[in-house]
Amino acid sequence: MTTLTQEFSKGIIKQNPVFVQLLGMCPILAVTITATNGFGMGIASMFVLLSSNIVVSFIRNVVPPRVRIPAYILVIATFVTITDLVLNAFLPSLHAALGIFIPLIVVNCMIMGRAEGFARKNTLGRSVIDALGMGIGFTLALTILGIVRELLGAGSIFGANIMGSSFEPMALFASPPGAFIALGILLAIFNYFYRKFGVQ
Amino acid sequence: MELNLAAIIFVAILANNIVLNQFLGVCPYLGVSKRIETSLGMGMAVVFVMTLATIVSWVIFNFILIPLDLVYLRTIAFILVIASLVQLVEIVLKKNNPTLFKALGIYLPLITTNCAILGVALLNIQMGHNIIQTVVYAIAAAIGFTMALVIMAGIRERLELVNMSGLLQGAAVTLVTAGILSLSFMGFAGIMTL
Repeated sequence: MTTLTQEFSKGIIKQNPVFVQLLGMCPILAVTITATNGFGMGIASMFVLLSSNIVVSFIRNVVPPRVRIPAYILVIATFVTITDLVLNAFLPSLHAALGIFIPLIVVNCMIMGRAEGFARKNTLGRSVIDALGMGIGFTLALTILGIVRELLGAGSIFGANIMGSSFEPMALFASPPGAFIALGILLAIFNYFYRKFGVQ
Repeated sequence: MELNLAAIIFVAILANNIVLNQFLGVCPYLGVSKRIETSLGMGMAVVFVMTLATIVSWVIFNFILIPLDLVYLRTIAFILVIASLVQLVEIVLKKNNPTLFKALGIYLPLITTNCAILGVALLNIQMGHNIIQTVVYAIAAAIGFTMALVIMAGIRERLELVNMSGLLQGAAVTLVTAGILSLSFMGFAGIMTL
């Protein structure tokens, strides 16, 4: 039996949904043009993950195994709709920037994966801790990629200019190809550190 | 109208390729692109399901959600439609066309969580297409997906023979390759606009 601390920290480093499990690639590549967007997407996904993990863990003994996947999809879709409406009402600029990728949180394989792989077999408390760890790991990865792309593509971080006026922004990193290339190189760098410290 | 359809096809396949430009369906793109054969199978399954799903969700959106003023339920409605559609296709194929089922069967369950299907259904609504444009757009987007997948599989079959650093192997080099592919697809941007 793993301790609660291990349960929490595994999502951040050892089983990081992005750098290790390669889950939820679409939003990661699409919304990380700026660090703010990446962070916002991470928080939105974390909210959905946490809520759906709680509900799935709560109903784990009630739902018949045969229909569990549609049931989970329904739970996740409900929370995504809530997120969509709340963001639209209170953060319209973020809502516009994330666009279609808010409804697409439904098909983020990380969230389905945690429901199917963890929450349906574990108690409420553990599911919450697991969701928090995974959610923070996901948000962290999105924010790191957002920082790298914003720094190189616009010379700023979270909208604050860092590089000064003499810096010529590298438009590549603000465009779709830059997303693939930046994430590929980040993965290689993380592989290096994971091996060096023997995490895997 | 004719030119418009041609523009939809061109933009959906090349200029705004759903994988390389819109980042839809990147998970299967990285997961199922190891061999050309399997990527073709997956591509065919996506063409099939994406066309059906986009048409059905267009019909549901325009004839059920809008009249009843339930537009905010579109995410839930579409994902349920897609999930049940995939199940239905699986059952029908199994009964009526075992050969096709054998070819596509293993890819069908994977498709429910393929964000390209839901993504195209949502984009299609956003663009305000009519029914003919919907059919054309869905087929073109799926062909674009298949093309990107097959090209990537071809590159990866060669990449396997390359001697490279273990740090880059697997997902890292695939992503960088996808980046270069995406860069070359950017050349199509602006040739034709909608």
